[in-house]
Amino acid sequence: MKSDYDILVIGGGPGGALAAWTAARSGCTVCLIEKRPAIGVPVRCAEGVGKELLREYMDPDPRWISADIRRARIVAPDGTAVELDERKAGAEVGYVLDRKIFDRELVWKASEAGADVFVKTRAVAPIIEEGVVKGATVEFCGERKDIRAKVTIAADGVESKFARWCGIDTTVPLREMMSCIQYLVTDIDIDPHSNDFYLGSDVAPEGYLWVFAKGERSANIGIGIPASKNRPEMRAKHYLNRFMKEHYPDGKIIECIFGGDPVCRPLPCTVSDGLMIIGDAARVVDPITGGGIGNAMYTGRLAAEIAARAISAGDTSKEALMPYDTEWRTSKMGKTLERNYKVKEFFITLNDEKLNDLARSIEGINFSDITVMGLLTEIIKRNPKMLIELKGLTNALK
Amino acid sequence: MLNIHREICGYCGACVSVCPEGALELIDAWLSVDESLCIACGICTKACPLGALEVTDEE
Ligand SMILES: Cc1cc2nc3c(=O)[nH]c(=O)nc-3n(C[C@H](O)[C@H](O)[C@H](O)COP(=O)(O)OP(=O)(O)OC[C@H]3O[C@@H](n4cnc5c(N)ncnc54)[C@H](O)[C@@H]3O)c2cc1C
Ligand code: SF4
Ligand code: SF4
Repeated sequence: MKSDYDILVIGGGPGGALAAWTAARSGCTVCLIEKRPAIGVPVRCAEGVGKELLREYMDPDPRWISADIRRARIVAPDGTAVELDERKAGAEVGYVLDRKIFDRELVWKASEAGADVFVKTRAVAPIIEEGVVKGATVEFCGERKDIRAKVTIAADGVESKFARWCGIDTTVPLREMMSCIQYLVTDIDIDPHSNDFYLGSDVAPEGYLWVFAKGERSANIGIGIPASKNRPEMRAKHYLNRFMKEHYPDGKIIECIFGGDPVCRPLPCTVSDGLMIIGDAARVVDPITGGGIGNAMYTGRLAAEIAARAISAGDTSKEALMPYDTEWRTSKMGKTLERNYKVKEFFITLNDEKLNDLARSIEGINFSDITVMGLLTEIIKRNPKMLIELKGLTNALK
Repeated sequence: MLNIHREICGYCGACVSVCPEGALELIDAWLSVDESLCIACGICTKACPLGALEVTDEE
């Protein structure tokens, strides 16, 4: 481990991997550290990702694809199911990955491109000189060492402490932290080409429960509800267990994971002097679906490109790194985050009856060539009762 | 004070990001609480999908 790099990346998830990979390819010296003993485990994800989105970064490989998904089904509280084909179903429909292999592959690519990678190495404090972030003190098997860098990229995911140690408030409001639990279940009857989302106050209040196919007879079955909805006697795990009992009583649970998924707005600013924040640490998770793999990769790649440019110009001040913040906010990703935040805030106001109404109004619509605004207009036309509910949303999206 | 039921904790980090004081951190396979920062507000106890955290009156 050297003690000086152009770029230090903290966290070996998809965001950190893309940052390290991109930076190494652009000729920077890069160090990626990951506090866990292995990349990609434990998985804290339902593993759904859009096909096109993924292809932007690398060619799909059967080694890390568990299922090829062709449709999504949204199941309303009364059982009304709305089926969407993969083109309109959003970024979590396409493939269900095997992230244990996928994350490892991404870090592998970074290392092949020249990045130094250290696992079981945890950032414990930033190095800050005259207000400028200059790297991090890291701990490896009990030993501490300083790694200095011209730019430090915080890719430390949902639990993100690094930016906070640098003086940036990364706290997620309780109601916007999705409290999640998921089982990998085998030996069950499922549609191996569908990702299903269940809604309703009995199933997942203000959240959703997912059944993502993982093969012919296996699925990731999980739930996310706002942390503020957890009650001592009825937490996320209780909702999931109840669903399992009703729907898959004989399924065999071979893995169990827990996690937090932030569905708040992104951080107000994702750069400071010598520091860039990406992925879940920057809170760029889709507020509706909780999906963040694609956005982590996008922000990771963009941050590294801008960092490399700043380094070669000899200026890594906040101002010089600011194009990263501006660019992702004005990108398709940034605009989608803003729009979907408003849609999410609207959806959580709908009770079961309204969700049922909405699902029934949508049944039969051809989604393959309809925009969000077009869809809202169509719903109002089919179900004028929804006008009042949807008017606020339509105005917000204009 | 904050009690962590380590036999229940799933090492997921949901509680870490909601703590307004930054008192929690995942270190190796443990959730650790910095008692000098914790104000026993109980916010983290609500975020846990498993019920692994509890605020008690003990000092
Ligand atoms: C239950 C659940 C289901 C989900 N399902 C989906 C889905 O289907 N599709 C989707 O797109 N997204 C999903 N997500 C979200 C997705 O997992 C994240 O958005 C994505 O992993 C973010 O990538 P990242 O690189 O920003 O962070 P992470 O993948 O979280 O990586 C951060 C890494 O940083 C490391 N780290 C943290 N602190 C330090 C430190 N101090 N020093 C060194 N290393 C550190 C961590 O160990 C971790 O490996 C889900 C999340 C949850 C919780
Ligand atoms: S009780 Fe409050 S201050 Fe203490 S760790 Fe939990 S959220 Fe943080
Ligand atoms: S939210 Fe619960 S399971 Fe997750 S780290 Fe905190 S105490 Fe452990």
